Amino acid sequence: MTRLPKTIIPNVICTFCGSTCDDLQVTVEDDKVLSVRSGCSSSLSKYLNYQADRHLTALVRKNGELKEASYEDAIRRSAEILAGANYPLLYGWSSTSNEASRAGMELAEWVGGVMDNTTTVCHGPTILGVHDIGEVSGTLGEIVHRADLVVYWGSNPVHSHPHHIMRYSSMSTGRFRIPRKDRKMVVIDVRKTDTAKLADQFIQVTPNGDYELMCALRMAVRGDELEQDVISGVPTEVIEELADLMIGCQFGVIFFGLGLTMTEGRHRNVDVALSLVRDLNARTKFLIMPMRGHFNVGGANEVSTWLTGYPYAVDLSQGYPRYNPGDTTAVDVLVRGDCDAALVVASDPVSNFPVEASRHLAKIPVITIDPHPSATTPISEVVFPTTITGIETSGCIVRMDGVTIMTRPFVPPPPGIHSDVEILQDILAHVKRAKLGR
Amino acid sequence: MEATEIPSLKVILLSGRTLGQGRSKVIGKFSDEYLRDVAVCELNAEDIKSLGISPGQNVKVSTTTGSVVVRSVLASQTSQRGIVFMPYGLWVNMLIPAETYGTGMPSMKGIEAEVAAAPDEELMDLRSLVEHLAKGG
Repeated sequence: MTRLPKTIIPNVICTFCGSTCDDLQVTVEDDKVLSVRSGCSSSLSKYLNYQADRHLTALVRKNGELKEASYEDAIRRSAEILAGANYPLLYGWSSTSNEASRAGMELAEWVGGVMDNTTTVCHGPTILGVHDIGEVSGTLGEIVHRADLVVYWGSNPVHSHPHHIMRYSSMSTGRFRIPRKDRKMVVIDVRKTDTAKLADQFIQVTPNGDYELMCALRMAVRGDELEQDVISGVPTEVIEELADLMIGCQFGVIFFGLGLTMTEGRHRNVDVALSLVRDLNARTKFLIMPMRGHFNVGGANEVSTWLTGYPYAVDLSQGYPRYNPGDTTAVDVLVRGDCDAALVVASDPVSNFPVEASRHLAKIPVITIDPHPSATTPISEVVFPTTITGIETSGCIVRMDGVTIMTRPFVPPPPGIHSDVEILQDILAHVKRAKLGR
Repeated sequence: MEATEIPSLKVILLSGRTLGQGRSKVIGKFSDEYLRDVAVCELNAEDIKSLGISPGQNVKVSTTTGSVVVRSVLASQTSQRGIVFMPYGLWVNMLIPAETYGTGMPSMKGIEAEVAAAPDEELMDLRSLVEHLAKGG
């Protein structure tokens, strides 16, 4: 294969966070990334370091140690583990393509497992809230062009989604809004984050106090009187002023983060946030949007919903899809010790789950498909190297506002490395043969 | 001779994403950069002082679930006393209770915890910590 001469590739879609910015300029020479322009510091780090610390061969555990193995051996061992398991967990899916999620769902049907994605420890409660209330949402494009009030609640995009503010909200240039001059930015958080430092107004809420504060804000928006002087650490007059600001804007938006989903109240916090926005739409135009973390966590939800009707935590052990968060969610399945094998794709549960869940993961055979070594690698039975979506392999992804984008590869993968889709399809072919007794 | 009491504080523990964690996880989770950015606990200056340590010295953070030794860092985003922050990663996971209250989501922010000075205790790197948990630790 001929190597590319020095080429500048415009409009590369960043596969880091849920913002999936589409304005990177990547300079490539001899199949190597020389430089990246327009990216945030996370994106620069990803594109300039994606070749570092990489798995280049499959690994299979033999006599207690992970040893290099052929691709075929790793596929056979994986199929043996999954076909022989009673109740496997198939987890991850948010840092790979929709095509990989689709292949994973077919595999989950064949092995009768639980198919869960990283939403489960991220915006899972958001989805539960949306089931209850519904969601007044839109695209980031509408917000760029129209929003004059932007509220970040329990979210610190300067660290988690570094270009979100500049590209999609307060500091973006819209058709009808001039950056900052025409927009007001409010941050509500338990600490004065770097995002709060950029805001016109910062409101500090006590930890685990979001539900009460939002209920009070809802009351103020509806014109009810607040009888307490301070609610969740916020003086009543500040709440009333914020309600006036929200009612008085032409087009507002609340972007909310894990400050609502990971704290006391969880989906009930989201319920009240969604209800607040519903109420506000009786007075003005207001949207709400979760700050989705990984670049394709939205796609993992979409694919799961297209195929089974449920966005995550889908149990296929009965031969049909069941969905019962709190029961069929990955952390609960692991902590109860129910699953007897796991397939981890594009994720690192040991770095993201409570230790009790990871302890069970360490006891069962785990197959990991990941370009890089992670905290889940040392406890794995089989490890597959894989290509990187959006750099070495194409695939559909879904941005945080639900817009589907096709990513394009711009460098070839290292020799002999297969994509997530190919690996999953090869495991599936072996599982089918085992299940059908051929 | 009376045992010297180790200075400690009751705090609220928050976990979350940081730019450093995002950048160093793509350099490599077993890299020195990742250890430097993630095996930390950000504390308010007054809280660090009251523990009798200097920023950069180790602290032991404990919850009802477990405890872990991490490096103390002067918080740049926390102005309040009694609120500490740790980046997402295995170190903070050692402290997160597994209860999801029927939602699938554990409490990963706003957890009651205790921070104690531990300048002489060793911080475990990622590989050692994974081995430790695999043995049931």
